[in-house]
Amino acid sequence: MRLGYPESIKIIRVPCTGKVDALHLMRCFERGADGVIVVGCREGDCHYQSGNFRARKRVAEVAGLLERLGIGGERLRMVNLSSSDAPLFVKAAREIHEAVLAAGPNPVGRPRRPPAVPTASETPGKEVIRP
Amino acid sequence: MVRQSPRYIDPAKCTSCGECARVCPVSLPNEYDEGLSTRRAAYKLYAQAIPGAFAIEKADPAPCRSACPAGLNVQGYVQMVKEGKYREALAIILEDLPLPGVLGRICPHGCENACRRAEKDEAVAIRDLKRLAADRADPREIPVPCDPPRPERVAIVGSGPAGLSCAYHLARRGIRSVIFEALAEPGGMLRTGIPPHRLPRAVLEREIEVVTRLGVTIRTGAALGRDFGLEDLFAQGFRAVYLALGAHRGIELGIPGERGRGVRQGVEFLREVNLTGRAAVGRRVVIVGGGNVAIDVARSALRLAAERVTILYRRTRAEMPAWEEEIRAAEEEGAEIVYLAAPQEILLEEGRVCGVRCIRMRLTEPDSSGRRRPVPLPGSEFEIECDQLIAAIGQRPDLAALERVPGLSVSRWGTLEADPVTYATGIPGVFAGGDLVTGPWVAIGAVAAGKEAALSIVRFLDGADLARGREPVAPGEVRHRPIPPGEPRRARARMRELSPAARRGNFQEVELGFTEEQGRAEAARCLNCGYCCECRQCVAACLAQAVRHEERPQERRLSVGAVILAPGSRPFDPGPFADVLLYGRSPNVLTSLEFERILSASGPTQGRLLRPYDGREPKRIAWLQCVGSRDINRSGNGYCSSVCCMYAIKDAMIAKEHAHGELDCAVFYMDLRCFGKDYEKYLNRARDQAGVRFIPARVHSIEEVGPERALRLRWVTEEGRTAEETFDLVVLSVGLQVEAAAAELARRTGIETDRYRFAVAPPFAPVSTSRPGVFACGVFRGPKDIPSSVAEASAAAGLAGALLAPARFRLVSAAAPPPESDLAEGPPRIGVFVCHCGVNIAGVVDVEAVAAFASGLPGVVFTGRSLFTCSQDAQEQMKQAIAEHRLNRIVVAACSPKTHEPIFQESLVAVGLNKYLLEMANIRNQDSWVHAPSPARATAKAKELVAMAVARARTLRPLREKRISVHPRALVVGGGVAGLNAALTIAEQGYEVVVVEKEERLGGMARRLHTTIEGWEVQPYLAELVSRVQSHPRIQVLTRALVVGFGGFKGNFTTELLVGPGLYERRIDHGVLVLATGAVEIRPEEPLYGRHPRLMTQLELGDRLHGGSVDSWGCVVMIQCVGSRNEKNPNCSRVCCQGAIKHAIALKRRDPECRVWILYRDIRTYGLLEEAYREARSLGVLFTRFEPERPPRIEERGERLAVRFADPVLGREVEAEADAVVLSAGMTPSDTEELASIVKFGRTPEGHLQEAHVKLRPVELATEGLFLCGTAHSPQLLTEAIAQGQAAASRAVTFLAQRELTLSAVTARVDAERCAACLVCVRACPYRVPRINAEGVSEIDEALCHGCGICAAECPAKAIELNWYEDEQLLAKVDALMDALG
Repeated sequence: MRLGYPESIKIIRVPCTGKVDALHLMRCFERGADGVIVVGCREGDCHYQSGNFRARKRVAEVAGLLERLGIGGERLRMVNLSSSDAPLFVKAAREIHEAVLAAGPNPVGRPRRPPAVPTASETPGKEVIRP
Repeated sequence: MVRQSPRYIDPAKCTSCGECARVCPVSLPNEYDEGLSTRRAAYKLYAQAIPGAFAIEKADPAPCRSACPAGLNVQGYVQMVKEGKYREALAIILEDLPLPGVLGRICPHGCENACRRAEKDEAVAIRDLKRLAADRADPREIPVPCDPPRPERVAIVGSGPAGLSCAYHLARRGIRSVIFEALAEPGGMLRTGIPPHRLPRAVLEREIEVVTRLGVTIRTGAALGRDFGLEDLFAQGFRAVYLALGAHRGIELGIPGERGRGVRQGVEFLREVNLTGRAAVGRRVVIVGGGNVAIDVARSALRLAAERVTILYRRTRAEMPAWEEEIRAAEEEGAEIVYLAAPQEILLEEGRVCGVRCIRMRLTEPDSSGRRRPVPLPGSEFEIECDQLIAAIGQRPDLAALERVPGLSVSRWGTLEADPVTYATGIPGVFAGGDLVTGPWVAIGAVAAGKEAALSIVRFLDGADLARGREPVAPGEVRHRPIPPGEPRRARARMRELSPAARRGNFQEVELGFTEEQGRAEAARCLNCGYCCECRQCVAACLAQAVRHEERPQERRLSVGAVILAPGSRPFDPGPFADVLLYGRSPNVLTSLEFERILSASGPTQGRLLRPYDGREPKRIAWLQCVGSRDINRSGNGYCSSVCCMYAIKDAMIAKEHAHGELDCAVFYMDLRCFGKDYEKYLNRARDQAGVRFIPARVHSIEEVGPERALRLRWVTEEGRTAEETFDLVVLSVGLQVEAAAAELARRTGIETDRYRFAVAPPFAPVSTSRPGVFACGVFRGPKDIPSSVAEASAAAGLAGALLAPARFRLVSAAAPPPESDLAEGPPRIGVFVCHCGVNIAGVVDVEAVAAFASGLPGVVFTGRSLFTCSQDAQEQMKQAIAEHRLNRIVVAACSPKTHEPIFQESLVAVGLNKYLLEMANIRNQDSWVHAPSPARATAKAKELVAMAVARARTLRPLREKRISVHPRALVVGGGVAGLNAALTIAEQGYEVVVVEKEERLGGMARRLHTTIEGWEVQPYLAELVSRVQSHPRIQVLTRALVVGFGGFKGNFTTELLVGPGLYERRIDHGVLVLATGAVEIRPEEPLYGRHPRLMTQLELGDRLHGGSVDSWGCVVMIQCVGSRNEKNPNCSRVCCQGAIKHAIALKRRDPECRVWILYRDIRTYGLLEEAYREARSLGVLFTRFEPERPPRIEERGERLAVRFADPVLGREVEAEADAVVLSAGMTPSDTEELASIVKFGRTPEGHLQEAHVKLRPVELATEGLFLCGTAHSPQLLTEAIAQGQAAASRAVTFLAQRELTLSAVTARVDAERCAACLVCVRACPYRVPRINAEGVSEIDEALCHGCGICAAECPAKAIELNWYEDEQLLAKVDALMDALG
């Protein structure tokens, strides 16, 4: 349907929200993300039966932790929708965007982290082709 | 034979980008949204459509196009004008006609006569729209594609519309021509015959330039016969000649005095006026004739200061050939027209005209041709004084130069003869056309003739057959877009004109053309008769070059072993009953399907609950059930549509969810038919929790009230009182019916259908038809819901599969990919491929910048871009790049992995790269499509997404997909009708089956049944089924057998059994398991049951009816819902209503005097069972509704029984003494508690087996390789259980038929070192896969793992990783994003 939503939203694919670990959520905020939204199937419609219920629990726990840390629990949300329900996704995306704008930047800031990958010296000459 | 209609878009090339729909000018009602929204002629019916490619809807060419002699694509240019695309409009016109502004003024527009808009109001002003296009854009500036120049030259004689058209079309084919024109200026009759007030000279000259710009030379002052002869042209090297001399000689009146001074021909007069700007006119001018020439002469004479102009015409105005607007203009300008008058003699004075003697005429009655001839009225002579008389009764060609040329011949009408198709004359290489051949005719006819001659000349030069493929086709049945019923009337636009006063003394153009606004609105009146207007805007827009307008329907002969018919149904159309239901009259009465679209997130309101009438949210909605169902009076549909009760409840629930604030939902019903699995629970939720109101009444009147057009409903309550309520919206729960087209399909396939067009099935063969090898399923077999339809579809596939079993795998060829290379082992060498997706991505995102950015990311050694990365050639380039640059990780920045990951993975595999080394960045769906208004930010986001993808790609490792063999044997638990049919269907397809039955005999519940409601005998069927199973070489039957152990994984299960009285242990290895454990009759809790001989269940009554021990019964009372629809068992048992009715009919047939009373809550005779309900009522069976709060009470009366119950109609308690009371005891699933704990499958709280997906996978369990069928699934009729058994078999065979299974590598694995055996994973896994192994650590069988990753997330020691979604891989994306955001 190509409904617009804020560009601030970037999507990371997981097989099921049940795979989303509290550590993943915490890493986002640790690295300075201002908000995270976990998007799962409608409750009762989990492709893997119960993954979204587990995610809901974890999201609630992490949100509580964020609150206690002073980062703000409202920065983390979960929304349940069916893959065909674009309007609801857009609504959720706009809401978290608004909520984050209202809450201001993540107080953690954006700490840099050295990349732990092979260095460029290992990768010889680059090339660009055109279509 | 199969006829395939073209879709005009190649699905293999279409990338589903939607550019074609964006530029398509034709807007049509979107049938997917029930007409509540619009779509384009280039369209995709709905977002999830498969295949995802677009299609173009076309009918036959629009009538305007067919009516045009030159075949102009009228609909096409009208649509372009509507869009304000004037240049595009001209480009379409220039395909056929180089003179848009000329014909846009003077064409008699046969197209408008053909216009179907006239059926509604008035024809579209097509000609004026053509002129508007030529007014708004300069046709000389429109590029005309021409073939490369050829050496041959062609001579054309005459520069009128035929000559110009021929020259133009030759030039487009690369052939240069020279036009010879006798007069001083080119244009032929366009110039000499049409005065400038109708066709300004500048317009004509500009458009002659359209032709000359293509390299055509015009030599004026060169007349055939005077200045050169035909042979001279060939001598000069012209290879062919086109004669287009026109018809410029006036026809004489043939009356005395015609030679006098002051008498002349109209065409000559006009020629003089038009070439010199003046001519001598008299004071009083008489013009003879009624055509456009006569009018042109009159209007010119008036402009040249004639004082009085009189036109004599011998018929009436109605017969006048001149155009009405021309006649009117002449009158406005002062011309006088004398009708029914003919000149007899021109009166001369000294050789000069001084008057004309005329005679009155009258018209005869129409003759055989319908024409009324004028005849003189004797004695009615009169005279008109005049000093000039101009004859304008017709023209003919001047043949002086051609008459005596050998090879050319002249017709008896004084025209040159030429072949009607090829326009060839008797001289090879000489062609002729236009008025020279036809006599005076319309300019567009001459244009058409020139175009056809050009084609002939090209063929002549090529030495090809002139006539081939050009024979006129007989007009057949044409199909056009129907005129939309609700199309509003809109008046045709009129051009502004110069005022009559301002026209005096000059030749300024009178008609001033449309304003842009006027014209675009006028063009919007076009009904798009052909759907697609073939403007070819989509062709230009489609960068994938997928549009194929030239496609034609294809007929193919298919050789098949079985045919499955699944044509489905259409909802009942309530339109014809608008007087009662107000559908179509009140905007607030919708069909249920329309309402569903309003609730749908992808529908016209994007899921917002809004009335189409005023866009406001309704507060009160009523549903009217049984519209077009259970109704033999109005719709004639005597059956129940089976699905409407449930969808009405669902829609009411969803509407309540979507509503802001209170929403009142009221469902008006006859019986609530919630008979499917767990449906009753849904009904209870709707009523008790959501507060949906259910009103047992048929609404008898609906009327609109108030300014907001609310609807007042009136009905009679059960107690007989009239009630009324007002609602904002009324939803008609329309039933299902089989379309006429499906009935036609049935006729062509030679299968029998019933009076409702449903396919008729033979006894106990639910998906078979009257013709062996032809199967039917779904609603075509009778109304049904999705789970039943899906089950039937599988059943039909299973039976068809049995017929095809010997041919299995015969047409299959397997591709063998090369072995994987060891490239993946080295450091990451990432290739990033950025896709433009035509303009889908590149139109928003700066793809060049994204690619440049990607090339700077760590690990990236190669970056490429392509127009469509998924296209065949781009995939080849990708494979080359992988090989050439030794790439070992691939990032594709394009669209969704959901649709395209497999395509790219295939390319990786083809060059020996592991498919798990691919990562996609979705810069289309998640970026360019949704951030189109802000390209800069979309580009920034694309870079971030690519950075994330590259980061994850660096962490990817090759993964091995395990392949396992499948044991080609099925185990079926349960030897009832469902299980036996499953076993038989599997065995017939060539696989071994072991049937396990706990009882001593096969047959299950069916052993207790005698006849079905259709009257079929059950026991003979069962006996035959059992014997077929027992004698089948591939089926082994184990009775008195018990499952005691079960293990393994899909394709490789082992079941342990204890068999027979001796409890022998058996181990069976099998690939699939089918559970058909069945159900039993509920034992009634009624205290008298089992103690009184006249109190029995329906099964027991069946035994008695069969045994004949009911003869003397005078009254039988049946009580429904015993053991069903209560707190303990909330489900409806589905079969009891039909069971009771079946027995009631049997009792009545046996003894019509026997009183049979059925006490019920809702009669649930769904589908065609409704017919039996109607029959029972007509036989006098009494039906009385009771409320569950006040159930009937049974009392002992000696040998007899009495039943006391509340009669809602009488409003008091009634007592009935009965010879027998029959309890319609429901069905409860057999006890499977132990089995469930052994095999590990889910069950509902009531003990039914839980299928994998209620609607889409009704016969599969959540665990792969496990299937279910029959009453273990839910209560069902015998035929339904048969269909489910066949369905489960069909699904099981699709599994068994895979000799090997490839398991996904996306599975969880345990790091034994870190595992603390805490059991968290064991408990978290929804599939109970992890177990603590002999080493005391968790172990996850990859064959069983579904790959959800729940265990990995839950594991407190982080000992579990999910392949391809490892923590490192996900966190790499988080880190890359945060780094990119800096």
